[in-house]
Amino acid sequence: MSAQMDKRRPYVRSMNSWWKRDPFFVRYMVMEATSVLVALYAVILLVGLLRLSQGEAAFNGWLGALESGPSILLHVLILVVFLYHLWSWFKVMPKTLPMIFVNGKKLPADTITYTGVLLAVVVNLIVLIILV
Amino acid sequence: MADTTKTIEIEVLRYRPEQDKEPFFQTYTVPFEDDWSVLQGLQYIKDDLDGTLSFRWSCRMAICGSCGMMIDGKPRLACRTFLRHYHPNKLRVGPLEHFPIERDLVVVVEDFIRKLESIKPYIIPKEPRKLEQGEYLQTPAQLEQFRQFSGCINCMLCYAACPQYGLDSKFTGPGVLALMHRYNADSRDGGRGERMALGHSEEGFWGCTAVTYCSEVCPKDVDPANAINQNKMGSAIDYFLRFVAPRGAGK
Amino acid sequence: MTRSNAPLVWSLFGAGGVLAALVGPALVFVTGIAVPAGILMSHDLMSYQRMFGFAQSWAGKIIILAVIVLFLWHAALRIFHMLHDFGIHPGVASKLICFGLPFLCTVAAFYWVLPI
Repeated sequence: MSAQMDKRRPYVRSMNSWWKRDPFFVRYMVMEATSVLVALYAVILLVGLLRLSQGEAAFNGWLGALESGPSILLHVLILVVFLYHLWSWFKVMPKTLPMIFVNGKKLPADTITYTGVLLAVVVNLIVLIILV
Repeated sequence: MADTTKTIEIEVLRYRPEQDKEPFFQTYTVPFEDDWSVLQGLQYIKDDLDGTLSFRWSCRMAICGSCGMMIDGKPRLACRTFLRHYHPNKLRVGPLEHFPIERDLVVVVEDFIRKLESIKPYIIPKEPRKLEQGEYLQTPAQLEQFRQFSGCINCMLCYAACPQYGLDSKFTGPGVLALMHRYNADSRDGGRGERMALGHSEEGFWGCTAVTYCSEVCPKDVDPANAINQNKMGSAIDYFLRFVAPRGAGK
Repeated sequence: MTRSNAPLVWSLFGAGGVLAALVGPALVFVTGIAVPAGILMSHDLMSYQRMFGFAQSWAGKIIILAVIVLFLWHAALRIFHMLHDFGIHPGVASKLICFGLPFLCTVAAFYWVLPI
């Protein structure tokens, strides 16, 4: 190594708590964190499926647990998280889709986001109407 | 004159490898005019206050890509960021995040340059043509497929915005992957096959987790997040097609 | 360069993300709030008889599996990334937790729904 190289002492900064550096990163982490409650909801349904396969008494036990106050509060939280997932999913969508050209002009990101959100709202409403 | 001159405090992250164990902030009070960029503020410091301060710059007009730095925590070009936006508050200036600090505001860029070379950032002609065959023709629609991604000035702001690069510098990173897409998407280019071994890897498109801040900070609206993520679907289809179709069937 | 196996989980992640956006909020509202609390909907909607009948049909089985399995794998990839983001980098342990558990849950879901 040359004498000049010896004087080099590149300083590497820590990445600890990097996501607190910028509100943009915080929003990204919130988006990623929605997955924890999505997983929890899937597990709740999986337990329901297990109880369903075990017979009526078992399944009614699961239904009873769902009716408890804490469970309903938890599901209100899960609902909020799913709505945030809906929004953030289509907010990122313009980055994940190939570029779409309409009459030679690139489709704006907001158009993609709002079309997706609208579609998701309509499909959710259809599911609700079918179930009511 | 002196009475009407506004001043602003600039806190600069200093690091002199021969004498400092770690970086520290040094505050300078800089008189400035409304049309002064942060770069001009730094030049004032270097010329009139402290000649030991090191930083990179060249064109002063947002095209050379040399003066990227963290300004109040955001990756920005110092030449297109103005002191008046921060006045009367002070502002903090530091070297680009996620790169090792060489000295003061200068970062180590070897890793970036090596990656830039590795993706063959030039057109590899699909069909070699002789001069008398004329130019390679391209429709406006074909041009639009890559034009946006060709605006990159290698300023590395997107790297300072990419936590995945900061967490693991094996990841090729936004700017270089966007350039890879720029050449792959060019109808005149036939080098896609040579570039995609990297593209399909964890160090390529799959190292991205769609934080998308790179596109937010890009001074040239290149949108690296789109360049990278629109490749994931194709890369995934190719991944599965390998098993059902002969190699080369998928793109 | 080693080809990434990311497409395996990523395609499930993507499918799960779309499904969670398109039907997730409605499902959570119905199964976790409206039916249990008796708001707008009757308890009957999720009675044992109705649910058992639903799970007996092939369409019902497919819907149940799609929702549970795809939601799980959608979450799995994000949790895997999140561990990395918090400094627990990809390794045997994080892969076992993030992909092993959803795999076991997937097997369990098939094992429980198919005989109904």
